[in-house]
Amino acid sequence: MIDISNNIEDDFLVISLDGEVDASSSIHLDKAIDEAVKNNHKKILVDGSKLSYISSAGLGVFMSYIQDFDSQGIKLILFGLSEKVKNVFQILGLDQLLKICESKEEAKQLF
Amino acid sequence: MLLNKHVIRFSVIFGVLSWVLLLVVDLLILFGAINNISVGFQKEISAILLNLFFLSLYTFYTIKVVKAESINFIDLLWRVFVTGLLATIVSFAIRVFYMLLGDTSLAENVFIVNFFYHVNLGLIASFLLSTFIVWKRLILYQKTKALISRWKYFEYAILASIIFNLFGYNLYEDAPFYITLIILLIMGLVLSVNLKWVAYLNFKQKWKSILLITLTLLYLSYFFINLKSYSTEYSRILVTDLVNNLFVLAVFGFTFLYCIFSLLVILFNLPTSSVFEQKLEDVINFQRLSQSIQKGKTEQQVLEILLDSSSGAVLAEDAWIEIQGRDGKKTLLHSEKLDAEAIDEIKDAVKQTRIKNLLETDIYSIGNTNKLTATLKDTKYKSILLIPLIVQNRQVGIMGLLKDVLDGFNKEMTDIINTFANQACISIENFRLLNEAIENERYKEELKIASKVQKSLLPSSLVCNELFDISGFSESADEVGGDYYDTFQINEHKFVMVIGDVSGKGTSAAFNMSQMKGVFYSLVQLDLSPKDFMVHANAALSKCLEKTSFITLSYFVVDTKTRKIQFSRAGHCPTLFFDKSENQSFFLRNNGLGLGILRNDGYENHIQVNNLEYSCEDIIMLYTDGITEAKNEEGEEFGYNRLKEFLDENSHLDPGLIQENLILTLFDFVGGKSTYDDYTALIIKFK
Repeated sequence: MIDISNNIEDDFLVISLDGEVDASSSIHLDKAIDEAVKNNHKKILVDGSKLSYISSAGLGVFMSYIQDFDSQGIKLILFGLSEKVKNVFQILGLDQLLKICESKEEAKQLF
Repeated sequence: MLLNKHVIRFSVIFGVLSWVLLLVVDLLILFGAINNISVGFQKEISAILLNLFFLSLYTFYTIKVVKAESINFIDLLWRVFVTGLLATIVSFAIRVFYMLLGDTSLAENVFIVNFFYHVNLGLIASFLLSTFIVWKRLILYQKTKALISRWKYFEYAILASIIFNLFGYNLYEDAPFYITLIILLIMGLVLSVNLKWVAYLNFKQKWKSILLITLTLLYLSYFFINLKSYSTEYSRILVTDLVNNLFVLAVFGFTFLYCIFSLLVILFNLPTSSVFEQKLEDVINFQRLSQSIQKGKTEQQVLEILLDSSSGAVLAEDAWIEIQGRDGKKTLLHSEKLDAEAIDEIKDAVKQTRIKNLLETDIYSIGNTNKLTATLKDTKYKSILLIPLIVQNRQVGIMGLLKDVLDGFNKEMTDIINTFANQACISIENFRLLNEAIENERYKEELKIASKVQKSLLPSSLVCNELFDISGFSESADEVGGDYYDTFQINEHKFVMVIGDVSGKGTSAAFNMSQMKGVFYSLVQLDLSPKDFMVHANAALSKCLEKTSFITLSYFVVDTKTRKIQFSRAGHCPTLFFDKSENQSFFLRNNGLGLGILRNDGYENHIQVNNLEYSCEDIIMLYTDGITEAKNEEGEEFGYNRLKEFLDENSHLDPGLIQENLILTLFDFVGGKSTYDDYTALIIKFK
């Protein structure tokens, strides 16, 4: 129930999420991020403007990479999240560990 | 009612009696004729006794042969052969006896001649009638209504012909006698074309039948010649002469005709019998394959049957099957001359042919059966037939049949093997589905147990004192859930309330929840501040949770003496607090990271402690996100606002009633469809 597409813009990797991330589709999200890490992308942007829902399993995927990001010098920024989805990140406290921005331009400037 | 065995007994007694009387009467008539004195017996009495003898024999064999259970044709023919053999041996013995007598006057003695003629008569009649009845059985194999009625006319006509005996007709002089005989023989001729039983003989049985029928023909000829020679040699002195007996002649003629017909038909059927046998075997194999599932055969046995019957059906030189089991394990079955290495070589050879795709890609159905065979190069085999084995719409294996001639597999063979493979695959599919069903049933049972265990992890009673009321509930979408709530009394006036939600759902969430309970009971007794509790819990859970799992938790310490609340929120949805003084509720928002997310040091920087004072009739409502995220039919979430409004409206009620109303409101909102998530709430109302 999720469409994931990768785009390279300059030296950024933009992962666009379209749909819902629940327990079953979180596997695809995990695969996408895993590939990004393995392909040595250091600047990752996650476009969540079409992400309508994320479950705890989806949050778990982001969470599981936080330490990998730190140790490998990777920076991942989420942008374009709807209020609802952003709220889910905030309640769990993930916004303290992952940067969340309004727009892509804003996100790019943070690197 | 007379039982068959009684009838048999009577007919034997009657037969023997009538034969002995016939002998005595005939000898007396002879004695009278020689001495020119009247003995008071007419020839008619002799004829009646002869007829009675025939009828007894007829009854005896009808029951003996027709009622016999076995319809084994060879057994029937064997019966005819043995009867004939016995009759022949006795007849030969009589001949030898005559030869020993030589030219002595004894040999010419009319009484002795007549006595031995009667012995011959008894034996030949037995043989003829037993053969007649056996032929009847063979003709009526696969009977139709028309055939039965035709046979009945014939049988009645033949039986009726014994009446002629009473009038002493002569074959060569009387036209009615003549014409009746010809009519009977024509009827017999028409019936003799019923030879369906021949088709059911296999090759070996056909040879046996030919032998037995040839011998029967010899007997018949011998007996006829024997009777004829008696008739010409002793015509003047024989009281009863069978050559002048219409019944005997008709039976003779019919049995002889049927012998000739069946002999010819069997001979002509010999070359095609192997084809018929093969087809019959195919059908039997097919049945074996389709019944194998009911008979409790294993998958391996089904495959063995498939390999056996397939190589048999196409006369393959060698064959193999390789198949992937449900557990992913490969099984290889092959004929004796093959081994794994040889099979690999053959597969390499197949890769050079037009059917290489059968080995390479996943095939979901067999489309064109023409594209299953190929010619092989560089192996000792010249042609190959490859059949993909498809179970549950997925190719799980392949069967290869090999021949050392070019174009060894025709369309017919391919089709039959395809049918075999399909049937075997259906058996295997059923077998696998059955196993899956059994396994699922077992999982269900285990889930039931897990569910029971998990329910016991949630508190059966909650702490409370006279200064507050409390009520809690938890419902899970699956058999087991990942929501947790608990209470603990630290001292007389200090209480801990906790609610948590484990990420993910189902069994794995349930396991993590039990870890949470362990951590809670280990730490809560230390009377830690909420922040310290969270830091320690995070450290402990970081060690036990899998990489993508985390737990959200709200931890409340309530002091009923000072009427103060201390709480921390680790990523859990914000608690709803109803303030009686303002008569409305609000969410207790603060910062706090879920447990198990940050697994190294530094967690303490991400957790806060908040303090709160409460007054009478204030309410704390702890809940999990299953409530706020419950969706109605339009996909709209229950959300925070509805929850707040709900509490505002129900704040005057006891926690128990608030809980009941909350459940009703939620069910009403989602519109009867089952909830997707687990949902849990813990409601505390202060006095």
